[in-house]
Formats: sequence, structure tokens, C-alpha cells
Amino acid sequence: MLDKDLQLLESAFKKYYFDHFDLIHVPERTSEREFGYQKFNSGMNRHLPIKSDEELRIMLITNIPSDVYCSNSYYSFPNLPMNEKDWKEADLIFDVDSKDLNLDCRKDHSCIKCLSCSEVALSQKICPNCKSTKIEEKSFTCLNCVTAAKNEITKLITILTEDLDVSKKNIHVYFSGNEGFHVYVKNSNFQKLGSRERSELVDYLMFRGAIPETFGMKKFNSNRSSFPEFDEKGWRGRVSRQLFGTKSKRSKGITEIISNGYTTFQHRLENMKDTLGVKIDPSVTMDVHRIFRLAGSLNSKSGLTKIFCDDIEKFNPFRDACFIDDEKTEVFANCPITFTLKNKKFGPYEKEKVTVPKFAAIYLICKGFANSV
Amino acid sequence: MLNLGTDEMAKYPFLAEAGQYLKDKGFTLDQFGSDPDLGPIIEKAYKRIETAATGKIYRSEIVTLDDLDLEVFSFLMAVILLKLSGMHTLIRRFSLAEARRAEKYLEKDLQNISNKKQEELAIKIIKDLFSMDVKKTDDYFVIQVSDYLKHSVFFHEKEWKLINRRTDRGNVFLTSHEAVRLIRKELDSYIRSKIQSIKTPTMLAALEKPVEKLVTLAKKFSVPTIESTEYPPCIKHAIDFLDKGENLSHSGRFLLATYLLSIGQSVEQIAPLIKNAPDYNEKITLYQLNHLAGSSGSGTGYKCPSCDKVKTNDLCFATSDCNGIINPLQFKKKKNLNA
Repeated sequence: MLDKDLQLLESAFKKYYFDHFDLIHVPERTSEREFGYQKFNSGMNRHLPIKSDEELRIMLITNIPSDVYCSNSYYSFPNLPMNEKDWKEADLIFDVDSKDLNLDCRKDHSCIKCLSCSEVALSQKICPNCKSTKIEEKSFTCLNCVTAAKNEITKLITILTEDLDVSKKNIHVYFSGNEGFHVYVKNSNFQKLGSRERSELVDYLMFRGAIPETFGMKKFNSNRSSFPEFDEKGWRGRVSRQLFGTKSKRSKGITEIISNGYTTFQHRLENMKDTLGVKIDPSVTMDVHRIFRLAGSLNSKSGLTKIFCDDIEKFNPFRDACFIDDEKTEVFANCPITFTLKNKKFGPYEKEKVTVPKFAAIYLICKGFANSV
Repeated sequence: MLNLGTDEMAKYPFLAEAGQYLKDKGFTLDQFGSDPDLGPIIEKAYKRIETAATGKIYRSEIVTLDDLDLEVFSFLMAVILLKLSGMHTLIRRFSLAEARRAEKYLEKDLQNISNKKQEELAIKIIKDLFSMDVKKTDDYFVIQVSDYLKHSVFFHEKEWKLINRRTDRGNVFLTSHEAVRLIRKELDSYIRSKIQSIKTPTMLAALEKPVEKLVTLAKKFSVPTIESTEYPPCIKHAIDFLDKGENLSHSGRFLLATYLLSIGQSVEQIAPLIKNAPDYNEKITLYQLNHLAGSSGSGTGYKCPSCDKVKTNDLCFATSDCNGIINPLQFKKKKNLNA
């Protein structure tokens, strides 16, 4: 990162941490958590103990980190190396990232940055300037992406509460500060589960590994009454509603499924994971030693804040997670796509000097579309 | 500890505290070396192991009350013979067969609607030994999803995946057969650890012959293996993907690196494979590889992930050659069926 960019980012992040400390608190059971942080242009510092809001504040103001993290796991000795920490349990965490939803709108707000010549262009496989294949995908998120991610969260919460008996009051949704959401489940029966068990839970939520027999279909001699009823609980009910549409179409639907055969039904189930399954990042939930962005801290990929979503329906990240001030700031921008922050539209910019509010300048620099002048 | 009658002990002899049981019945181990009347027990114990070694389940022939004692004694004697032989392959086969034998009784007891006491005992054994609460609702045995997962992760058949189970309000609904089958592995581990924890007794003259026979029996079960020089399909895919300059995911790189490190490749041999990655950075790659190898950081090397994890990360491209393996590393040690 260039020195000028670094100075601007550090001063903006410092001001944020100074002005908005009310948004950042150490989580409960603080002494059992591992903390970590990263500075701009530097590596990760992990295995840190932080005991109080006061200690956290001192760390933020003295180090001005680009990113701050905290474990979802609880340890006896959180500051020791991983194999000596003595893992006790961990909250369940799900990561819903709009990048993983393969939405049609993505191409409209994605572009590439060449790692060889720094050229920025709309999405393509090779750099149009130097023909290099070493390119980095860059993207913004749009409201359509946010709505789709919210739909996934609704699906997730339904399965967690109905099938797995997780109490709604123990489910907390946070905007990640960039392109997705983190869903935390605290104080559940799943706290002590290890990585393998969590991976099974992920397969359940994502509707992966379902076999036709579970839904009544056998290789030979399928019994019509084994097919799921329309109002059954769990996946059998969801699959039934997806397969038949209405109760009255069930009988006809079963006849059709049996006549099409086992393999066809198997493929149909396989495809259902895209519609019925919850789209979460499996590796995040499986990992019981990960440290996650701390709520209230800034995300250096955007300059937006990771923030608790009290009302997920109404939440708008471009308005509710943007806390950097609006002091006029001049940057040299090269950004072929537009974005909206605090209800104001920005871009496109074609290798030009522009004066924008600081929150937009920080967003552009964090995304790699501008440099400080 | 459970308070069991002799008939229950005959069904679940591994619950007996061996020394205490013999003492309660007025016996010492030395008597087995000198009392010819106890010879049939040694014989029955040998048969019990031999049946287990061939993969069958030993069937009890209980007619009189004396037979009940014989059942328990023959189990305890079998354990003594196994300890004296020191043959781990036989201990493994014996504990699994005994687990499957106990499974049959547990299942029968769970289904026994005419005898509530037996059903309660079976539920209590499952709870005490495996910390799993089982409740009966209609025809189903209901356990919590979190308990189910702790046990089901040992199964590789798809039918045991949570997605293929009837689930509602945090509970999984199982038949008696499934509830018992779920704990087979732990039952096996429990019996095995119980055998392993027993001190090897001094050899008695009357036990020398059956112990020798056990050593000969164990030799039949050594399986020759061949080393495959081929990479498993998931590793081939990861290498091909990188070769094409595609962006292999973090978990894909983790799989590739830990696999290659495990089969003895060095960090310097592995690093060039990543060179084609769009975000290749030599310094970071070497740092991460050294970290995985355990030569930097906390010094703990990382293990190659299991096939289950590889599947969850969408990195599995299994072929029929992968049948029966649970970790990509086992691909190199396929059993030579012709040997």
C-alpha cells in the first residue's frame, strides 16, 4: 500500500475508533477468548488476551489496526499457542457471503484489477492492457445482493429454529462490513461440537448428501405411502412442498417420480440444494479455531463497520454501516462501476482526480479503485 | 456403576469388574491353572475368540442358571487369554464381535414392550456408557441432534447423514435397531479399552496351549498392502486446477499442501506448484507451507483433511478406486486383493 493511502486510512480509522468507541465492546466471557489484529501493510498478531473495553480501546488507539478479530471459541488459556489453549467450546457461526450466491447482478458490479500492470477493467479473464492472466477480482455489493443474502439468513433461521430447536433469542445477525453477514448462535446444544460434527450440520443446512430413500424413492418397488406428506416437519416436508407445489398435486407427482426412475429423482434432489439449501461458507462453520472480525470494528476491505443487525429486514449496509465522516477528500480514482453510500451515488471514475466525502474515498481506496493524492 | 443381575451380566459381560466378579463367585485365577473342572471354561473362551476372529458373532446357549455364570466366566477368560497372547488384531476382532453381540441384546431389550424393566436397563446402559439420553416416543427412540452427531460422524454411509434422518425440534427419531447401531463403534471402543486397561496376568501352565493357538490364529489376519504411485483424484484435480492458472480455494491449497507434506515432499518441492495461482506470492507461500509443515509457528504440523471434509469443501472427485478410504492418504495404501 502506498504511503499516502496508508496515512489517510490510518487517520480515518483512528478517528472512527476515537469517535465511535460506543459501538465496540469486548464480547461476554472475555477472558476465555483469543483476540487478534492486523495492521495495514503488516501480518497478523494472534493469541492476544484482552480483558476489558478499556484494554481494547487502548489497543485500538495505539495500534490503529486495519482489522480486529476475536474467537468464537472459549479457551482456558487463550493467549497460549493453539495446541496449548485447552479448547472448551465455541459458538456456532455461519457466514453468508453475497459473492457465493452467483447472482446475475454480480457482473454489473464486478471488475478486475491486473496484478502485473494495475489496469482496472470490467470483468474478463485476461488483462486488456498487458494480457496477463494474473488478475484480481474486485467487486462491490448492491442492494439486490444484500436482499438475496437476507433471504439466505431467513432460510437459515427457519431451519435452526424449527429443525434444530435453536432459540431465536440466541441467534444474532451481524453485517460483516463487506459483502455478507455473520450469523452467531450462542448457548445452544451445539457449543461443544467439534469440527466433524459441525461439518455434518453444515451439510444438513445446505441440503447436501440427501439420498432418494429418505424421501420415499427406492431403486425397486417404491411404496407410494413412503413419500413425504405436504405438511411434514423438517426436510421431508420442505422437499414435499417443493416437489408437489400443492397438496392436491401430491398423488400425481408421486406417479410421475416413480415412472421417471431413481436416477432422475436423485438428480432432482441434487439440484434442490441450489434452491432449498442455505448458501453458507462451509469452511467457516467447520473451523473451531478461527478468529472472526470483532463487532463494531472496521473492515479494511471496505471501511464499513461490522455491525449488529437489530432488524434484518430494514437493515441497509450502505446507510447503517457507514460511519466514517464526510470531510471532503481528494483522490485519484479509476473505478468503472458505480456504488451508493449514505444514499449518494458515486462513480464511475476514469483515471481522474475527484473530491468525494471521506467515507467514499476510504471505500474506494480499500477496494483498490483509488489512491490518495 | 450399574447394578446388574447374573442374567444381565451374561448379556453384557464387559460391564463386570473381572477381579471382583471372580471373587464374588469364590474363584481365583490360579484355580483355572489347577482345577480340571474349569477346563470347559477355557475351551469356551477360546471358541469365543475364534468365532470373533472369523467375523462371526458368538451365540450363547443359556439353558440353566449355571450357564449364565459360564457365559460371564468364558468372557473374562477370553480377555485373559487375549492379554497373554498380546495379539492386538485378535483383541480388535474380539471387541467388535462382542460389541455386536451386546448390540443384539440391547436391541431386543429396547423392543421388549412386555418387560419395561429391560427397556429401561438398555436405555440406562446407553446413557451411562455413552452419555446419550434416549427417550421413547411412540415407536421411535428419540435423541438430541447434538448427541446424534457425536456418534454418527463415525459412519460413512450416506443414510447416517443428518440430512437423511427424521429431525424435528432438535431431536432425531430412530428405530431401536438404529439407536443401538449408532453406538456400535463406541461399544467396541469401550470393550477394547476395558481389555487394554486390564493388567496382563502371569502365565499359567493350563493356558499355555490355548495362548499358543491364538498366536497362530492371529498370523492368518495380516494383510499385505501395495503402494500406489498415483495421486488420489482430489489431489490430481487440485494440481490440474493450479496448472491451468485457476484460483484454487484456500481449502484446496490446504488439502494439496498437507497431502504432499504427509507423503514426504518438502516445502521447496511443493511451492512451485502454487506458482501459477493468480495471487501467487513466493514469500507468503513459503511462510504458509512452513507453517503447515510445523517448521514455523507453534511447531505443530497440520494433517491432511479427511474425505468427509474434502467433500464438504466441494473438492472431492472420487472414483471407484477411492472406495473404502476415509482419508486421501489411504489412496496410496490400497489393499492388494490378489495377495
